[in-house]
Amino acid sequence: MSIAAKANALWEYANPRKFLATSERVLPFFWITSGACLVVGLVWGFFFTPDDYKQGSTVKIIYLHVPAALMAINCWLMMLATSLVWLVRRHHVSALAARAAAPIGIVMTLIALATGAIWGQPMWGTWWAWDPRLTSFLILFLFYLGYVALWEAIEDSDTAADLTSVLCLVGSVFAILSRYAVNFWNQGLHQGASVMRAGAITGTDTEEKVSNIYFYPLLLCIVGFVLLFIALVLYRTGTEIRARRIKALLTRERVNG
Amino acid sequence: MIPDLGKYADTVLWSYVVSIGLLIVLVGFSVIRGRKVRAEMEKVEQRMTRNG
Amino acid sequence: MIALLLRDLKLAFRAGGGFGLGLAFFLIVTVLVPFSVGPQSSLLSTIAPGVLWLGALLACLLSLDRLLALDWEDGSLDLLATAPLPLEAVVTIKALAHWLTTGLPLVLAAPFLGVLLNLPAPGFAWLVISLLIGTPAMSVIGTFGAALTVGLKRGGLLLSLLVLPLYVPTLIFGAEVARRGATGMETQTPLLMLAGITAATVALLPFASAAVLRINLR
Repeated sequence: MSIAAKANALWEYANPRKFLATSERVLPFFWITSGACLVVGLVWGFFFTPDDYKQGSTVKIIYLHVPAALMAINCWLMMLATSLVWLVRRHHVSALAARAAAPIGIVMTLIALATGAIWGQPMWGTWWAWDPRLTSFLILFLFYLGYVALWEAIEDSDTAADLTSVLCLVGSVFAILSRYAVNFWNQGLHQGASVMRAGAITGTDTEEKVSNIYFYPLLLCIVGFVLLFIALVLYRTGTEIRARRIKALLTRERVNG
Repeated sequence: MIPDLGKYADTVLWSYVVSIGLLIVLVGFSVIRGRKVRAEMEKVEQRMTRNG
Repeated sequence: MIALLLRDLKLAFRAGGGFGLGLAFFLIVTVLVPFSVGPQSSLLSTIAPGVLWLGALLACLLSLDRLLALDWEDGSLDLLATAPLPLEAVVTIKALAHWLTTGLPLVLAAPFLGVLLNLPAPGFAWLVISLLIGTPAMSVIGTFGAALTVGLKRGGLLLSLLVLPLYVPTLIFGAEVARRGATGMETQTPLLMLAGITAATVALLPFASAAVLRINLR
């Protein structure tokens, strides 16, 4: 216990301090650039791109749908990475970053699902279809919910960090399994991932390519979402660190009388 | 000002409203909680230094 | 190890051990389905494989929170953790006991409930086979969930929230086998996938469960 307490004390003053100081310095940059990218990208996309010949003006939803979907998955990957760092290196900031990221992932998944549903209504004639991609996202949403619920349920923050990290690892494996299972179960309506395919970008893939008119504002929106995600994670991790510090200080106060 | 969105105006506008609304809620909640926690930490830290 | 298994089985069969509750739940769910969707036998026979799989899954879920909670409360889990037996073996035995007392009865009861739902004749064998292969995975995954939430006071609902997404692949492939079997389609691919998932979870997940249990016992 004494070693753990010592490590805790060290952590209390060394690393998180540095993290807070650094994040304080770089945060304005991320807030401003993400805001700028999002405003420019969305305004460009909304006001200055033509309608698609097939989808009409609904093509403009892509500027929100695709970046949100990308971030929903990348957020889980980031949580997986930070969970691994926590389990291996016992770096407290890492565990708290995973905790801070989860609600962002939930919101991103919600945005992707909501815009998808709103788009699907006129295009597919239904708000919701049990298409593999849609279903996978719904399952991802459930994983996020379980993860956050487990964090909230456990009092001791080190135990909570350990348990949620293991859940994140196991959950990742099952999320991939579910993806395959769902693919097998229903072939689906959703078009392929048109943005990230090389052919779609270079224009050789004429079938479902996102043409350049749409691509540049979309790229800007993706960058904006990524920067916004980083800013939010940094900011929220700072909040978590401070919340833990309050807890530690109060405990010490109680012990010292 | 607003471009002609044709018959899909509702669809597009709702998507934007919902998404941007969700983003604003997320940022708003993060900032509110961040401010609160920061203020509380300063309060607790001051009390600690005063009491020794 | 065998002593531990026998002890768990004995505890489960004793009054208050919860044995039979899962079966009763399975029965009630199956009986309620025709009330909610209507008595047309063609509709019932279409949905029978899926409903039976879902019922079995929920019945299994229902019994999970007792899987480790009793041992946690009376402190025997701490004893087991300090025993020479590795914790990985302990959780495997726990999962096995859970399967024997919950999964196996469900498998055996499923054909009789299939009659209630007008399951097509070729579907019975496939239903039993798919459940027989799928339920061990449900017990092992459930043990992982129970180990995650063992120290919590109101762990039951959280347990469901954590375990249900993990059940998705098993449910998809298992119900697919039963459904295809009932309509006379080929069942080999989903059956192999189901068996693969079960084999992998049984082989690997006890390590995660033991790790989680160690954290909780710390």
